[in-house]
Amino acid sequence: MTGRLKTAAGVLIVVVLLFPLYWMINASFQPSGALLKPDPDWFPVGGTLDGYRKALSTQGPNLLSSVFIALGTVVFSLAVAMPASYALAQLKVRGGPVIVFVMLIVQMIPGIVMANSLYTVFSNLGLLDSYLGLVLADSTATIPFAALLLRAFMISIPRELTEASRVDGAGYWRTFFSIIVPVSRNAMVTAGLFSFLFAWADFLFAVTLTTGQTFQPITVGIYRFVGNQSADWNGIMATAVLASIPAAILLVVAQRYVVAGMTSGAVKD
Amino acid sequence: MTLTAARPSVTRRPAARKPRASDRFVAVAFLLPAIVYVVVFFGYPLVANLVMSTQNYTVRSFYTGEAPFVGFDNYSAVLNNPLFSTAALNTALFTVGSIVFQFAIGLALATFFNGRFLGSTLLRSLLLLPWLLPLVVSGAVWRWMFDTDHGVLNAALRAVGVDPVPWLTSTSWALPAVILTNIWIGIPFNLVILHGGLRAIPASLYEAAELDGASAWQRFRHVTWPLLRPVTGIVLMLGLVYTIKVFDVIMVVTGGGPANATQTLTTWSYRLSFHDFAFGQGAAVGNILIVVATVFGFVYLRSAKATLAETAS
Repeated sequence: MTGRLKTAAGVLIVVVLLFPLYWMINASFQPSGALLKPDPDWFPVGGTLDGYRKALSTQGPNLLSSVFIALGTVVFSLAVAMPASYALAQLKVRGGPVIVFVMLIVQMIPGIVMANSLYTVFSNLGLLDSYLGLVLADSTATIPFAALLLRAFMISIPRELTEASRVDGAGYWRTFFSIIVPVSRNAMVTAGLFSFLFAWADFLFAVTLTTGQTFQPITVGIYRFVGNQSADWNGIMATAVLASIPAAILLVVAQRYVVAGMTSGAVKD
Repeated sequence: MTLTAARPSVTRRPAARKPRASDRFVAVAFLLPAIVYVVVFFGYPLVANLVMSTQNYTVRSFYTGEAPFVGFDNYSAVLNNPLFSTAALNTALFTVGSIVFQFAIGLALATFFNGRFLGSTLLRSLLLLPWLLPLVVSGAVWRWMFDTDHGVLNAALRAVGVDPVPWLTSTSWALPAVILTNIWIGIPFNLVILHGGLRAIPASLYEAAELDGASAWQRFRHVTWPLLRPVTGIVLMLGLVYTIKVFDVIMVVTGGGPANATQTLTTWSYRLSFHDFAFGQGAAVGNILIVVATVFGFVYLRSAKATLAETAS
């Protein structure tokens, strides 16, 4: 196959595989009535923004809730994982390998098991229906991931660098902040991005640990939207588009971090 | 005994840099938040889940704090429930069906995009999008496309003269429908990891094989496939561990229905705990799921031994 033919084939593959996303965007601009015709309109000609108005008025607060939860998860996960990775990668800790192993294993625990038991724990502690509760629950997925990813990176920071700073009289704390944190910037961005995406997309903890009385994350909002009034696909798809924005932005601005995160833990060189 | 055996090596090795008592203290201090978090948010819940699975834990238990001990009653109730075999079979079909196609399509695309051509990098990165979207979004989009009367899939079928398919309302089509959705979601992950693996294979091997007159298929069969084996193992095992616990996709597309046709162990555990409020039984199903995931997990860790060896050093 010549190069040009291959490009054409590649474009065709992308068009086929991304068609569901086009269909989502298409439906998000079409009036609800038009979506119920037997022959669908393939382009949103004479489109409407009604869906987005509905999405923002009914799901706007949910989107905001999800932003808070996702940002909280990023901050909390990095705050816990950064010092831990520093200790695991740079300081000799007895039992370090055991901790790394535990971090690897706990990622395989099915989320439904965590949700089931966290529900009883949280109901005793009064953490149901709270932002703090969801941040803590989402971190069960992001902290082990972030800790292993950051540790894998920090191992490659030359000891000379940190030891020189120690010789110069800097304490561990100072070394951590003035050497480790700046040098690990890229790995931190990757870990933070994935923590954000996970918490933003989380549905399991959101649906089990909230009752919808005070607030609900956007994923639960969409779930209930789909379940309650499945005729209003225009509004649902507009909400779905809004909920996809973080992923789309990340893919455009931070693609290399995304690929780094996806391959971490799978391909080690 | 292990302590006395280990001590000499500990004291001898850091001769270059003297270990101070404060060093170890500081290292532990840096680790402390993570350790506390793991104990509180993994250790405690896992134990609580085990305990709960031996109790008659109901909504009342939350108010009274009482949950009578019932031994293995929850497990026998779950195993004797006719839904158990349905859920187990669905889980197996869902997992195998998803992984086989995700892997095959992912590998084909990875091979295709491994050849450099105009726009290959851009097109490949566009394909990542389905994997980055919230699963609830993907689920909602597919549910809309599967709609019997207004969905685009049936519109396409009608256009070519095929009878529309009751995707989500028929007990025989619902499971294939959720599997199809999950395949679509998983292709990018397989593509990226396998593409990374392909890039690591030296081009000189292909040139040598070509000089020896190997056909494209022979080059794939005798160069690509054997050299890709370690990456293949990891992708398949990670796929297994993740697919077994899929929850969001099934909940949004079918909710486990119709008539439990898409109920898996995960969604059933959710149903038992949060719909029937039989928390003890939900915990029991969860623990069965942990055993299954752990078995596959250990297979994964064995296949990732090289990674672990590096980890332990």
